[in-house]
Amino acid sequence: MDVFSDPLNREVYLTGFLWILKLTLAGGVGALLLGVLLAAMRVSPVPVLRAFGTAWVNIFRNTPLTLIIFFCYFGLFSTLGVAFSDDIDLNNFWLGVTGLAVYTAAFVCEAIRSGINTVPAGQAEAARAIGMTFRQTLTMIILPQAGRAVIAPLGSIIIALCKNATIVGTIGLMESSNAMKQLINENGDAVVPIFLVFAGTFAIVLIPTGYAFGWLANRLAVKR
Amino acid sequence: MSTDAVLYDHPGPRAKARNRILTVAFGVLLLALLYWIYRKFDEKGQWAAALWKPFTQSSTWTDYILPGLLHTLEAAAVAAALSLVFGVIFAVGRLSDHWWVRVPAGAVVEFFRAVPLLLMMFFIFFGVPYLTEKPMSIFWAVVIGLTLYNGSVLAEAFRAGVKSVPAGQSEAAYAIGMRKGQVMGHILIPQAARAMLPVIVSQLVVLVKDTALGYIISYNELLQLGVNNVAANFGNVVQAAIVAAIIYIAVNSLLTSFAGWLSRRTRRSGKAPRATGRGVIMGATDPGMGGGGGAV
Amino acid sequence: MRITRLAAALGALTMAFGVAACGGDDDSGSSGSGATGIVKKAESGKLVIGVKADQPGLGLQTGSTYTGFDVEIGKIIAKGLGLADSGIEWKTTVSANREPYIQQGQVDLVVATYTINDERKKVVNFGGPYFVAGQDLLVPTASTITGPESLAGKKVCSVSGSTPAKRIQTDYKDAKLQQFDSYSKCVTALAGGQVDAVTTDDIILAGYAAQEQYAGKFKVVGKPFSEEPYGIGLKKDDTAGCNKINDILKAAAADGSYKKAWDDTLGKSGKAAPELDATKLTNCS
Repeated sequence: MDVFSDPLNREVYLTGFLWILKLTLAGGVGALLLGVLLAAMRVSPVPVLRAFGTAWVNIFRNTPLTLIIFFCYFGLFSTLGVAFSDDIDLNNFWLGVTGLAVYTAAFVCEAIRSGINTVPAGQAEAARAIGMTFRQTLTMIILPQAGRAVIAPLGSIIIALCKNATIVGTIGLMESSNAMKQLINENGDAVVPIFLVFAGTFAIVLIPTGYAFGWLANRLAVKR
Repeated sequence: MSTDAVLYDHPGPRAKARNRILTVAFGVLLLALLYWIYRKFDEKGQWAAALWKPFTQSSTWTDYILPGLLHTLEAAAVAAALSLVFGVIFAVGRLSDHWWVRVPAGAVVEFFRAVPLLLMMFFIFFGVPYLTEKPMSIFWAVVIGLTLYNGSVLAEAFRAGVKSVPAGQSEAAYAIGMRKGQVMGHILIPQAARAMLPVIVSQLVVLVKDTALGYIISYNELLQLGVNNVAANFGNVVQAAIVAAIIYIAVNSLLTSFAGWLSRRTRRSGKAPRATGRGVIMGATDPGMGGGGGAV
Repeated sequence: MRITRLAAALGALTMAFGVAACGGDDDSGSSGSGATGIVKKAESGKLVIGVKADQPGLGLQTGSTYTGFDVEIGKIIAKGLGLADSGIEWKTTVSANREPYIQQGQVDLVVATYTINDERKKVVNFGGPYFVAGQDLLVPTASTITGPESLAGKKVCSVSGSTPAKRIQTDYKDAKLQQFDSYSKCVTALAGGQVDAVTTDDIILAGYAAQEQYAGKFKVVGKPFSEEPYGIGLKKDDTAGCNKINDILKAAAADGSYKKAWDDTLGKSGKAAPELDATKLTNCS
């Protein structure tokens, strides 16, 4: 572990994971908002909205995230001129967040949709019978129940998002995968300890997170 | 519940009118957005014929794109087969009655599910040779990385599948005198596999997408050959990426619709266990988004 | 494709074992000639040479063939070792995997814009240098950037983890650094105006500037601010192979094949062939 006794190397490591944390948080919030919106579109009475939601899911779920992040830089920023900041790192960060959110939203949408499918039809029928509108039925009856069924898959999605954040490194952000690459480049003889520290950090954070989501899902599960 | 029929009434005249307005408004907005994108691309000269022309030449396809696609599918196919084997072994391991099998199997599965594939592949290629003192080929580094990750996800899927088989099945099997291995091999795994078929196939989509991560160790897959090398020759990185994205979407849509067909088929034949264990299944499996690091 | 890859992997494996076997006591060499390293490998009629695949003018993969100055140098070395061009297997290397490739025996030689420096000398051996490049800047034709000192506040692109990127980070802190995993992405960003300059060795930049689709758009500033002697990388303990490479290079400079290699590739841009300075060749230790 000599590598990490050098404060400069420790800084590389910390900066890397700080970016991952920020990407996960910002990307997660974006993906959840966008995903809920898309799910609402996919179950809405308006055909165009449904088609849009379906197209979104099919396109983004089937494209490698590397390509999506790439398009965020060379399409969104370079060609369409959408810039978030004048600072290179900050701009790349937000481009990365956009890519992560757009990609992850497709999975969030599908998770919510299958969550909605677990709510018995009688619930929606009863809501309608007492005169609730589509929006009321969705927000007051269906989504709260679906939300419980969605916790477990959402947990896996967030965990995957955190790991996927490493891919933002392709547009130059010094996140953990680039940080690990840099440390290995400079300390070729310490490949194994460097990897174990980076992989270990992910494992130590993500495995308990996974269990926490599982526990939460069990606790909140709708007993039928 | 069939969402579209139950969530709202059959639209009456007012609802119909409102839906029509929403349709038109959203449609116009969408078209405007697409037109803006088109214009911006035009401004930057991205539609220039010279940039797209390479894709009308057969040599671009035979030299870069098709070999790249072949390498992508090759790695995905080998890794898929190995992942299934890995998945079954570790699922059975985690369900074992002996703690000294169960605990290590669980640790392995949890670890590989938590580490980004990007880091994993990098380590297998650059780090493992230090340990084994033998060279590691790029191809196998990609395949092993994919197998460890996707195999671990599949192991969890199988485990959830086995748990979703009603307890009466194994009780009955034990009652007629089957041994543990027989119950697992003849009763539980076949039913679990059938129940988990859609999950397995959607994990294959993840596998195909994840091969793209091979770029980190310069595996010659679709992105490396079809985007990087094409762009080095013709200077059309955006166009090349669009073509590559279309290919990925086509291949993965094919796989996804195969998954849909498969799940409809198994449901119709009625052999799959009823959806009793649904929550368990959904909770335990990866949503098909990859591990990213996997995911790509 | 599958078979070639397997064959390559097996070849690399046997190679690794071969070297390991010879490492202990040289006189037990089984093939009888007593030679080790690449000289011995060349006797088998096959040599794996690592080159870049995405650098126009130096090492560019077009279909299944590789072209460029590095590739021509590779051919000269192979020929000097008594191999026909058909005995060479080209392998794509990127900057990050050159040392591991050599150490693991995945390639026998690396001719891939490979700068000789002390850090790398600790793990691999270098023949050459066959060319001396220098870090420079590629800018749009109308740019006001005249050298590294005018980079303050400008956006500069380079490949992540590369020496040029590192030099910008440490010596020119006022410049803003954008990193990608390949120079073609940097050049695309330069063409789109997202970055103000691309920095790496002048010879690599010249290759991009000379490409058809960028003709007239870019210029190389022409004020190199580092010295990058390009070497031919091989296994650390292969002193004999290294000396042999230097002899071959000297001969190539004398008989004109070195000049021809330049004229056929980078020389097409009109730049005169460099002189190979035989006195600067490494001592192979």
